[in-house]
Amino acid sequence: MRFLSYLISGISLGSVYAIIALGYTMVYGIAKMLNFAHGDVIMVGGFSAFTIISMLGYPPALGVLAAIVICTALGVIIEKVAYRPLRNASSSLAVLITAIGVSYLLQNLALLIFGSSTKSFESVVNIPPLKLADGQVNITGETIVTILACIVVMVMLTLFINRTKAGQAMLAVSEDKGAAQLMGINVNGTIALTFAIGSALAAVAGVLLCSAYPTLSPTTGAMPGIKAFVAAVFGGIGSIPGALIGGLLLGVIETLGKAYISSQLSDVIVFGILIVVLVVKPTGILGRKIQEKV
Amino acid sequence: MKKIKLSRQSRSDLITYGIILLLSLVLFFVGQSSYQLKGLLVPVCAQIILAVSLNLTVGILGELSLGHAGFMCIGTFVGASFSIYMEQFIHIPALRFFLALLVGALSAGIMGFLIGLPVLRLKGDYLAIVTLAFGEIIKNLINMVYLGYDGNGLHFSMNDTASLGLAEDGVVIIKGPQGVTGTPADSNFGIGVLLVLLTVFIVLNLVHSRDGRAIMAIRDNEIAAESVGIHITKYKLMAFTISAALAGLAGSFYAHNYNNIKASTNNFGYNMSIMILVFVVLGGIGSIRGSVIAATVLYMLPEILRFMSQYRMLVYAIVLIVMMLFTWSPKAQAWKAVQLARCKKKLQPLTDKFRKKSSDELKKEGE
Repeated sequence: MRFLSYLISGISLGSVYAIIALGYTMVYGIAKMLNFAHGDVIMVGGFSAFTIISMLGYPPALGVLAAIVICTALGVIIEKVAYRPLRNASSSLAVLITAIGVSYLLQNLALLIFGSSTKSFESVVNIPPLKLADGQVNITGETIVTILACIVVMVMLTLFINRTKAGQAMLAVSEDKGAAQLMGINVNGTIALTFAIGSALAAVAGVLLCSAYPTLSPTTGAMPGIKAFVAAVFGGIGSIPGALIGGLLLGVIETLGKAYISSQLSDVIVFGILIVVLVVKPTGILGRKIQEKV
Repeated sequence: MKKIKLSRQSRSDLITYGIILLLSLVLFFVGQSSYQLKGLLVPVCAQIILAVSLNLTVGILGELSLGHAGFMCIGTFVGASFSIYMEQFIHIPALRFFLALLVGALSAGIMGFLIGLPVLRLKGDYLAIVTLAFGEIIKNLINMVYLGYDGNGLHFSMNDTASLGLAEDGVVIIKGPQGVTGTPADSNFGIGVLLVLLTVFIVLNLVHSRDGRAIMAIRDNEIAAESVGIHITKYKLMAFTISAALAGLAGSFYAHNYNNIKASTNNFGYNMSIMILVFVVLGGIGSIRGSVIAATVLYMLPEILRFMSQYRMLVYAIVLIVMMLFTWSPKAQAWKAVQLARCKKKLQPLTDKFRKKSSDELKKEGE
């Protein structure tokens, strides 16, 4: 029974990782860059919701909506100001270091505005916990909502990419930018749209993360961000089902590792997995191998 | 008297050494002005060594490493533990300190080699994230280590102080999250300057050597380098290991300045790695001289401009972004080229005049 409740909380954590990993994977697939600032967009989402709900006293639904809008705008602005000028730069290091700079900028802005003290986040979920097997397995409302949100996001995203013109354009751009442009696809617009969707997902993940683990500080997003990247690599970067599988596996492994091995070692286990995956199968579980041409 | 002719390379190296000596002289006098500034003199030397060694990975090898603080962390804890344990056997402080520096550098170098072996097969983003992961793993593991000694030798545990099973007279060296306590204060500014010179000497000589040229060839085009017979893994590992060893040296030196050191995110974690990267980027990727100057100025400035300390990190972040955009964006590069051409055009009459003059002189000499 204990194992079951650990498993469920692991799936819940994994669902959050999966939603964040989706943002990483989409951006990586289309712009071929590691968006280091993605984790900090999660934090911005958390703080936006916190400001609207706890400081201004508006209803939670409005807070979530505001967080999504703010993060979407932020994602598009970051892409336009910091990443787009470097898209054709001769060194791939340039955009990576810029992304680190953006991540640092967001963290320190939050530090200046909200201070370094940890805020307690009011959960946006108002569902009573579900008790199974005579109260031996306790599933909180946050867990249910998180898992449901992950499923909804996955289904919507898959439909969007396979059934709409914009989604098809995304696939085309990630395959070959030049050819896509020749087919009349607005490459800049498509990449901006990808950043917008990724950042909106980050906002959702931020609110869910802060509801499940009710603390908020300027570095809240950093660790989940890196772990979600591990999840994206684990599942195969660039692949949307891969992000789901990687996220869920990572969440379960982390939670079980925390419960049965050592809570201090859980980060070490997660990063150990990343290293093993990258060394043994760098393309991840569902990734495709790309041959480098001379 | 015969004039000594220097190649352009050695002249450039001499300028670098000169800059270091000049900077250390300035630092020495700045350090006399207040107690706080004096306390920064040893750490600033460690920062310079870290920046120069990271530049070897980022600028010369062309791979982004985000785990540099992890190697420093190893050097710090191994070096400090060595000194504390050896205090009973080696009674000459200078010899003990020298050995501690060596052991710190060696341990970090070995770790760098072991990590580099599997990891250097990866490139770019992946390498960056894996080195970041290793840095965090090292920091987390060191926070779990308990180490002590008594009459029977060293005791080691991953749980707590009690499980070390020390005798009555035992001494705890590393106490998990509370860090290492009791390191002898052997570091001083003079040794720091010597170590900085040694680091720069090692890196510059590597860069100028055949091996260094091979490493830079890999940076410029890996496939082309491989096709002319350069052993990619060997040279990548060489650069990475040397870089790690120098970080360990800096760590060991840094450790002997403080009685107690804890491994937290700010001094050995991700944040520190980013700080060092900022030094390297601002000094100019690949420029050893630049790293030295940037590390010195950026480390000392916040202390001098105390009132700005709140905004320091914010300013760093903005400078990092602007710097990258300005140096690497194709548009900015084109703009710079246009400006340069315009400048040259403006100076054209002057250079023409100069050329004419010198050619006239030549003619006169000919006559």
